[in-house]
Amino acid sequence: MVALSGNLLFIAFLLYLVGTAFFAGSIKDKKAREKDHGPNKWAKIGVAFAIAGFICQLGYFITRWVAAGHAPVSNLFEFTTFFGMCLVGAFIVIYFVYKLPALGLFTLPVALLLIGYAAMFPRDITPLVPSLQSNWLHIHVTTAALGQAILAISFVAGLIYLIKAVDHTKKTKEAIWLEVVLFGVVCTLGFIIISSVFGATGYKSEFHWIDNNNVEETLEYHLPALVGPHEGEHLTPDKFSPLVETPGIINAQKLNTVLWSLFTGTIIYLLFRLIARKRITLALQPLTKRVNLDLVDEVGYRSVLIGFPVFTLGALIFAMIWAQIAWSRFWGWDPKEVWALITWLFYAAYLHLRLSKGWHGKKSAWLGVIGFIIIMFNLIVVNLVIAGLHSYAGS
Amino acid sequence: MMKQVKCECGHVNPHGTVLCESCGRVLVEEEKSKKLVDMRYEGSARRSQTYNKTIIDKIWNFFSSVKVGVTLIIITLAASAIGTIFPQEMYIPPTENASVYYEDQYGFAGEVYYTLGFHNLYSSWWYLLLIASIGVSLVICSLDRVVPLYRALKKQRVDRHEGFLRRQRLYSATTLASIEEDSFEKIKEKLKEKRYNIREENGSILAEKNRFSRWGPYINHIGLIIFLIGGMLRFVPGMYVDELLWIREGETVVIPETKGEYYLENHEFILETYEKDKESEAFTTAIENNGTVAKNFQTNVSLYKESGETIAGQDPELEKVEDYELRVNEPLKFEQFALYQQSYKLGELSEMSFALTNKETNEEFGQMTIDLHNPQDEYTFENGYSVELMSYFPDFEFDENSEPVTKSRVPNNPAFIFKMFSPEHPDGEVSFVAIQQTIEPYGDNDLKMAFKGVDTQNVSALTVRKDLTLPILAIGGLIFMIGVVQGAYWNHRRIWIRRLGDQVLVAGHTNKNWHGLKREITHVFDGSGIQEPIDQSDETTNKKGKEE
Ligand code: HEM
Repeated sequence: MVALSGNLLFIAFLLYLVGTAFFAGSIKDKKAREKDHGPNKWAKIGVAFAIAGFICQLGYFITRWVAAGHAPVSNLFEFTTFFGMCLVGAFIVIYFVYKLPALGLFTLPVALLLIGYAAMFPRDITPLVPSLQSNWLHIHVTTAALGQAILAISFVAGLIYLIKAVDHTKKTKEAIWLEVVLFGVVCTLGFIIISSVFGATGYKSEFHWIDNNNVEETLEYHLPALVGPHEGEHLTPDKFSPLVETPGIINAQKLNTVLWSLFTGTIIYLLFRLIARKRITLALQPLTKRVNLDLVDEVGYRSVLIGFPVFTLGALIFAMIWAQIAWSRFWGWDPKEVWALITWLFYAAYLHLRLSKGWHGKKSAWLGVIGFIIIMFNLIVVNLVIAGLHSYAGS
Repeated sequence: MMKQVKCECGHVNPHGTVLCESCGRVLVEEEKSKKLVDMRYEGSARRSQTYNKTIIDKIWNFFSSVKVGVTLIIITLAASAIGTIFPQEMYIPPTENASVYYEDQYGFAGEVYYTLGFHNLYSSWWYLLLIASIGVSLVICSLDRVVPLYRALKKQRVDRHEGFLRRQRLYSATTLASIEEDSFEKIKEKLKEKRYNIREENGSILAEKNRFSRWGPYINHIGLIIFLIGGMLRFVPGMYVDELLWIREGETVVIPETKGEYYLENHEFILETYEKDKESEAFTTAIENNGTVAKNFQTNVSLYKESGETIAGQDPELEKVEDYELRVNEPLKFEQFALYQQSYKLGELSEMSFALTNKETNEEFGQMTIDLHNPQDEYTFENGYSVELMSYFPDFEFDENSEPVTKSRVPNNPAFIFKMFSPEHPDGEVSFVAIQQTIEPYGDNDLKMAFKGVDTQNVSALTVRKDLTLPILAIGGLIFMIGVVQGAYWNHRRIWIRRLGDQVLVAGHTNKNWHGLKREITHVFDGSGIQEPIDQSDETTNKKGKEE
């Protein structure tokens, strides 16, 4: 069952990949461009692949649920893949409302990156610690992920809007920031590539060090150590020795991973620039040629409108119900809770700015992008760095 | 005081009205030059846009501004984020002193964080003030808008003024001669099919649907206010109880805050971990990789209620209410209280046994067991041997004067001063006994207290909780959800069709989701011979209005 489940996820990944290619084809298709009447053949095949992939991933989810005996949303790997699945699901629904192939072309890669990112973390089926043994937890996590996924559509819509609407031939602030956002996406790819490469070779080096609380700890690196722990002792001297030592309050191993991701991301980025001879944004711009800006703007707004109530229900209300049962208080100012509140406040601000201050178009697109950055911050940084009660720390 | 505005159509509008509530005619000169009217609150007279003289006007206008509201939200958001940079004081180890902990752990940044009070951010006066301001803003901005909006939507006429229709975002004018008569009927059919409510007057049509969605934001704001009030009520005495109850196995204690009415007995604390061979195979690798993973924290308890009157000094008479297996996620509830499995301590010392022994011959004259929570003063044996417990230090250490003291009442490191009586020493020999050490302060003794063994027990920590604000919070949350769904999943749409001379004017308005409205309009007018309204905002540069 576990093996079947893993295979289904892998197939889903491949189907999304093929789907992306078809969506790209639908936009390049010259004939279709002329008559411009509904989605062309390519887009229809693309969405078929997306649906097939979604069904496969649903299969992964169900089989893993059966194998584990609990909903597979209890560690970073499971949660992030589920998030990716919800994103594809949200896309499929919105696609049938607005029939926008460009949305598929940009959403599927984001889902692919999420699943790829998730796969870099331990994939074992973990038994649940007592506080997690509650149905409310599963209800809370799945609804929250669904809400975030719907909200994430506004990021994709915002990205498409900005790629098309901003003049990328000039060095405006807007153009540069958008390139920075895409560079961040490339670094995620960098993280996945470099982790997979060294993961495949089974690279491992170990350090002993005394942490801030005077506790002796062992750090295990799966990437060559560019930075080592404070006064650490290298236990595997045959492996690459660190160039620099970090101060005691920094977790050297996590910093090392960040550095490698940045490093790999930069190389990919430079290679791209070398081959394409232009910025990513400029290279992507032709793909958004047929996009109706007003329509994308509206897709972004509607996904926030639809996602906001779902997010409120899942990430705040259900979370409070569960916290009340598990920890005797519905709110504890744990970092993860606070960041859910921040996300919620942010989207509330988005809605007010849009409705009452007339923030449409570019401004609203940027808000969609920033909102997603906050969601990702909560998923990645808060889980891995600002460890609290909720963090899937250790995974 | 209030001068009213009478429109040409005869309707009397409140002072400050921009578009006549009834016919929609533009009443304010400067608005007439605009290509599109601002439809946000139907051009109604909002207090904040009309008065700005007294101090109350100024405060009202300040808090009713969305700009201010959003600014408050953004400041709260940023402040909240700062609070997560380092852990809050409640999450640092309880034994640590915050004034040194932050500097110790996080260096200079930690010191700054502590000095500025960020370590207790969420209960700081300024954070609470921010939340309170959001609350005030919510109330004022909602009142400012909802009344005029309600009036305007209620008073609206079917055949609205030409200038009103012409300045709508979706608009078209068709010459009547080119239209077949029955196409009007068809249009009405289609509008009904799309669930529009249709009103007709003088050959004009107003098709409207989902007006209720306009109240969504106000309902959700009411929900938020109820939630905030619920949060404030926690500080009212009697509404909220938060106590930690440490209870040892075998112990029966009164439950705090129940006015001595309820007692709890701890039979046993159970800690289970996942074991590789006993769990489903799916978990095997995870258990191997992660080591021990806790499976269950459980306290088996009995809840008692005091029955009848108790005489002072006498043990209360208890009546069992129920036996319960108290686990994480499965609190024990009674009346307004709930008990939660919060924490535990394994293997706390409970009893220590000694034998009164002759140092040289090792002959034993008797054994005694000391209950470390409730030691006896004296232990008597046969043949004239006895031991007096002169002093007891449950959590012993030497203070700076090398005097024995106790750090707490928990028997973490018990120490005793015994006086040992025997026929040979009727005045007794004094001995100081601690774990792994014996001191004989008055010289060599003949007798000693030989250590025989210890007994341990587990201690369970339970949270005693009463929270009478929960129903209020739940109602607030529910109302918020209803309001937010109402405002987000439905849109208020209107289509006006007016015959004017030889022309048919058509206009459409929605508060959001124009794409949906346009699709409906296309369907409704398809094949009717009436020109489909076009989006005039596509041509205007000044398409999106702003509000102060
Ligand atoms: C965290 C606090 C708040 C939340 C969650 C919240 C939520 C909402 C939501 C969901 C909407 C509907 C938006 C839409 O349909 O696009 C809305 C509308 C609105 N909110 Fe808030 N709100 C909050 C605070 C405030 C504050 C402080 C103000 C005061 C200035 C305010 C003023 C408004 C106004 C004027 C509207 C538009 C109503 C309309 O046009 O009918 N809100 N709010």
